[in-house]
Amino acid sequence: MSEAFQVKSDTELWEKLGMDVARFSGMPGMLTQAYTNVFLSQKNRPAGMAYFDSMVENIHTGRIHEIMAVKESGKPVIGTFCVYVPEELIVAAGGVCVGLCGGAQGSIADAEKILPRNICPMVKSAFGFKVGKICPYFQAVDLVYGETTCDAKKKTWELLDRYVPTHVMEIPQMKRERDKVLWVEEVKDFKAAVDKIAGTETGFAEIAAAISTINAKRASLQRLNNLRHHNPSPISGKDMLLIEQIAFYDEPVRFTLKVNELCKELDQRIADGIAVAPASTPRIMVSGTPMALPNWKLHNIIETSGAVVVNEESCIGTRYYKDLIDEGSTSVEEQLERLTERYMKIDCSCFTPNDERIDQVIKEYRDSGAQGIIDYCLQFCHTYNIEAIKLREACEQRGIPFMAIESDYSPDDVGQLQTRVEAFIEQITG
Amino acid sequence: MRIGIDLGSRTVKAVVWQDGAIVRHQVTESGYEPHRQALAFLEQHPAARVVATGYGRHLLRQHEELSVITEIKAHALGARHLFPGCRTILDVGGQDCKVILLDESGRVTSFQMNDKCAAGTGRFLEMMGVSLGYELEEFGRAAADAEHGTPINSMCAVFAESEVVSLKNRGVPPGTIARSVHLAVAGRLAGMVAKSGYGDHLVFSGGVANNTTLVRLLELELGVAVLVPPAPSIVGALGAALHACTL
Repeated sequence: MSEAFQVKSDTELWEKLGMDVARFSGMPGMLTQAYTNVFLSQKNRPAGMAYFDSMVENIHTGRIHEIMAVKESGKPVIGTFCVYVPEELIVAAGGVCVGLCGGAQGSIADAEKILPRNICPMVKSAFGFKVGKICPYFQAVDLVYGETTCDAKKKTWELLDRYVPTHVMEIPQMKRERDKVLWVEEVKDFKAAVDKIAGTETGFAEIAAAISTINAKRASLQRLNNLRHHNPSPISGKDMLLIEQIAFYDEPVRFTLKVNELCKELDQRIADGIAVAPASTPRIMVSGTPMALPNWKLHNIIETSGAVVVNEESCIGTRYYKDLIDEGSTSVEEQLERLTERYMKIDCSCFTPNDERIDQVIKEYRDSGAQGIIDYCLQFCHTYNIEAIKLREACEQRGIPFMAIESDYSPDDVGQLQTRVEAFIEQITG
Repeated sequence: MRIGIDLGSRTVKAVVWQDGAIVRHQVTESGYEPHRQALAFLEQHPAARVVATGYGRHLLRQHEELSVITEIKAHALGARHLFPGCRTILDVGGQDCKVILLDESGRVTSFQMNDKCAAGTGRFLEMMGVSLGYELEEFGRAAADAEHGTPINSMCAVFAESEVVSLKNRGVPPGTIARSVHLAVAGRLAGMVAKSGYGDHLVFSGGVANNTTLVRLLELELGVAVLVPPAPSIVGALGAALHACTL
């Protein structure tokens, strides 16, 4: 299989999308090489990973064709940057929701021609993808729906709007009753914006079906994560991270089916005692900021240093799928309220106070059978960086080994990170 | 016979351990291919069991069958051997500075390490010394002789260098600037130690611990004894050799 793996190219499609084809044409080769090194070099991967490999092969081609077909049928295609934007309402309108978060170093130079250098690498990477015309997803969307979860994003939306229509959803920073009132209004505005592109108003039945679809998707990821907690691990942390990343651009019904198929395989692996690493392998949980595709830096360092990652408490991770929407509503009004309540449970560090996240991290640490936590903070993410202080205190009180790291997408700090990760593994194993 | 070898960013350190004592140690410049320095040393002791540590440990492992441990574990083992009761270690080398905390039994309970930034490292001191026209030993002595310093605000090696240049051009004597640089580094290292917490003494290892001016300033800053082993550069290599004894 590894000889056959190749990220596909389609210059005709890219021309049509108005991309910088000359520049982008090198990308599939680079991704093929990176993916081969990081993923296909792993031993004893589940057979069900073949589907997710193919999703990477088709990331710039096949999946884009599918999305363009939806768009050409008049349905909305909306790009988002945050798990607070309710994808259910896009799916209800028959549209496609794509998580656009940038996870690559390559587009940062484009962004830094305009944006300040000392801001979040994810914001810079995403902005650079649009400015450089080197992301087919960015080229395909009708509009971007941003939010106010951090200062860098909020102010970048004002500039991004010059390149692609960018709407902004206000996410409050506290969770009081009055904040919920505002939040429900924001959800209604979002629905109106989606419906406007679709040209129809989605009603109760469509919303109910979409909630059920996305609940099923989140539930499949919960199931997979529970299986993955088994010791010895039936699947690597890198493969789990990849699936969590693909969740942001794949078609949700097919994705759910494939995740559930993989779960069945893992059930069998556990029964047969097949694992990717022996039970004595040090188990590490990662918490903190998201890791957008193709950001595999930390997982790759951890897993090539002889440990296994057993949980991601992250926007790309449990924060995305730990909560479901109550399906018992009898009116659209009620559906939107239940939906808002579900989104209000997401425990991003942009909220204050946010102590439920500390409890959640400890719970996931226990559930996953981890032996230590590495808190991952993207550079300049002040809220996660400061919250790490409370997280460290909570871990120290409970005798949980904890290490906080701050990093970006550049390879400059790989040597230091590797030393720190290895020392942390030495600390865990004694 | 056991050998511990520490491939650092500036120097390669080797310790030969036999019958419960250091029988030989050596510090050489890393050069362009640090593993060659290490391999040349190992050739002289073909029968020894070897453990490598330091930035180049994985590079060396590609060329020679041996075990590796991180600098953190190595310094913990080495410092604990030299100062059996110690609980806090500050190690400052060419490109890293770290604070390591140990429990009563000598196990690492937590550690802090700088990221890719060179602030507070040997490299930083070296760059500042060069821009003032000092040799390394002179630099520390000039700082000790000066009566006072003037604040240096930036700990970024690049920005601090331009601050040093502007102080020079304001007619500030080089000795005063040398002291300022030392005060700034001592302040940064003390901050890092204070963040981790420390008891009534601290072991200071790594090449930068050879700078006695910095040691004194650190003691003043922290208000506790700063213990420096006779050869602070080889503490990591010693720890690696001690680890080899357990294999």
